[in-house]
Amino acid sequence: MIEIKDLHKSYKMGKNSLHVLKGINFSVEEGELVAIMGSSGSGKSTLLNILGMLDVLDEGSYSLDKVPIINLNETKAAQYRNKFLGFVFQSFNLINYKTALENVALPLYYQRVGRKERNIKALKYLEQVGLKEWATHLPNELSGGQKQRVAIARAMAAEPKVLLADEPTGALDSKTSYEVMDLIQKINDSGNTILIVTHEPDIANMCKRVVHLKDGVIVEDKKITQVRASQYVQ
Amino acid sequence: MFSRDNWKEIFDTIKKNKLRTFLSGFTVALGIFIFVVLFGFGNGLINTFDDFFGDDATNVFFIFPGKTTKPYKGYKSNRQIEFDNSDLADIEKNFTMFLEYTTPRITRGALVKYNNESNNYTTRAVAPAHQYAEKTIVMKGRFLNQEDIKNKTKYAVIGRLVEKDLFGTKNPIGEYIDIGGSAYMVIGVFQDEGGDNEERYIYIPYTTRQLIEKNTDKIDQIIVGFRPEIGYVGAMAFDKSLDRFIRDKKNISPEDQSGIFIRNVADQLKQNQQFARVLQIIVAFVAFGTIIAGIIGISNIMVFVVKERTKELGIRKALGATPRSVISTILLESVFITTFSGFTGMLAGIALLSSMGEKLEDFFITNPFIDLGTAIFATFILILFGAIAGYIPAKRAANIKPIVALRDE
Repeated sequence: MIEIKDLHKSYKMGKNSLHVLKGINFSVEEGELVAIMGSSGSGKSTLLNILGMLDVLDEGSYSLDKVPIINLNETKAAQYRNKFLGFVFQSFNLINYKTALENVALPLYYQRVGRKERNIKALKYLEQVGLKEWATHLPNELSGGQKQRVAIARAMAAEPKVLLADEPTGALDSKTSYEVMDLIQKINDSGNTILIVTHEPDIANMCKRVVHLKDGVIVEDKKITQVRASQYVQ
Repeated sequence: MFSRDNWKEIFDTIKKNKLRTFLSGFTVALGIFIFVVLFGFGNGLINTFDDFFGDDATNVFFIFPGKTTKPYKGYKSNRQIEFDNSDLADIEKNFTMFLEYTTPRITRGALVKYNNESNNYTTRAVAPAHQYAEKTIVMKGRFLNQEDIKNKTKYAVIGRLVEKDLFGTKNPIGEYIDIGGSAYMVIGVFQDEGGDNEERYIYIPYTTRQLIEKNTDKIDQIIVGFRPEIGYVGAMAFDKSLDRFIRDKKNISPEDQSGIFIRNVADQLKQNQQFARVLQIIVAFVAFGTIIAGIIGISNIMVFVVKERTKELGIRKALGATPRSVISTILLESVFITTFSGFTGMLAGIALLSSMGEKLEDFFITNPFIDLGTAIFATFILILFGAIAGYIPAKRAANIKPIVALRDE
């Protein structure tokens, strides 16, 4: 599903350049649930941003679902993002003046799905995350866990190939975190490929594979036995 | 770009961001409103100037005799110049080419009585052509004619307000009134657009006045109407040669400022119109400045709007919004708001102007108006520049990497 070869990325900071990713080789198969771990500054978010086409690589190659991601202009990148990827952010990034339903329907709007169909689909995904009754509420009327669930529903609505989550539980308490992870595991169970950036070991342990990043290189990449989040959720 | 879905999205955004919508809309509406009102006031100013001179013919010279201040050709200074009937005849004889009519005017105050009513009025002893010089409109009966002059009849044409004062609702035609001790028959009633004062005059034949004043042939003023075809330049030339002719005849030094006076209505009108035009240019300049201020205002708001929405745009881009759709979202929203509020401001301005009418006449503004073309053009300019002003930050926002936009707090 994801193929990365010899990926380099550096940021210019004035005259100095900061080499963040120093040759990453990495591949993800369909249906995997991967945790990318590392301390802050290890380059894990940068990797995720490049995977998400929110940022561009300097060197190396990246292909997503056998499509080479290279030299994309903004329009093409936007179309690929819309088609291939779903994003879940630490700070939820819901549009605050749109209701939960409208937020979930937004990627479908950019897919040019008709309004009626869009709303039916969005409602279906809201139902999946257990928030059907909250469809007409604005984000500021929702709790953090609910917001993240709306964000996950939004990410899933476009039916992406890969779901990318950047510290999805970073702003949540542990109970809510487990609820969210339970949801992510269920989504993964139904065959979706998911990548999670996290620095919390218990969250990483709920994935099927853990990749450790340190100073811009992968230091460890192992498959683990998944801890089910459902046991922590009543 | 113009699908129903797109517009729905835009209306949703507008509806849910009322303050932002109000701010940009208000700026535009106010800009256009002030432009329309100022421009209308400029036109009102011109109307006032036109009205001032509209009640008199503009192809007229008024010639007044004065006192000389310089000795000339053996005459001492401080000599009172007087006109008489021969001057009138000489002007007519020498300037046939330019002339349309001439009339003398002898002005006297008099106590006027009818039955028990009496009042002081100003009488003007004139020739029939005076009617053209003052644009006198005869309401009832007739004005003086050549026969009256020849026969020195004791006929009077009275103003509308004289009729009202003395006769009330009674028909004055054929009635006799006492003017300064002699009886005159009222043969006509007139009105004049020059206002109330103009309608308190009484016109009598100048020959009658001269007969009463011991059969003199003196006249106070000469009024000369020239052919309009000679134009402004011709009028100025005529003014000059008339001045030279009278000075020559009356032995007044060409350098003497006060021997005679010629009031050239055409020249005055022209000067006043120029003054009004300059005022209008100033007003238009200020109005134009308002439009510029409006453009700057909407530009600032657009920069602010884009800044405020940076994160939202980042989210939208992460969800698959293309740069084109980002730009069109911002731009269509801005164009919609500016169009709607621009025309609202324009209509409000026009409504204010048309409700004004003559209420501001005390401030020299009469019937202010703006032609629809100018108003729509100004509105369109503001919309256009609002769109351009919106496009630049929108384009920049569309090109921000989503990751940068998302980081924006």
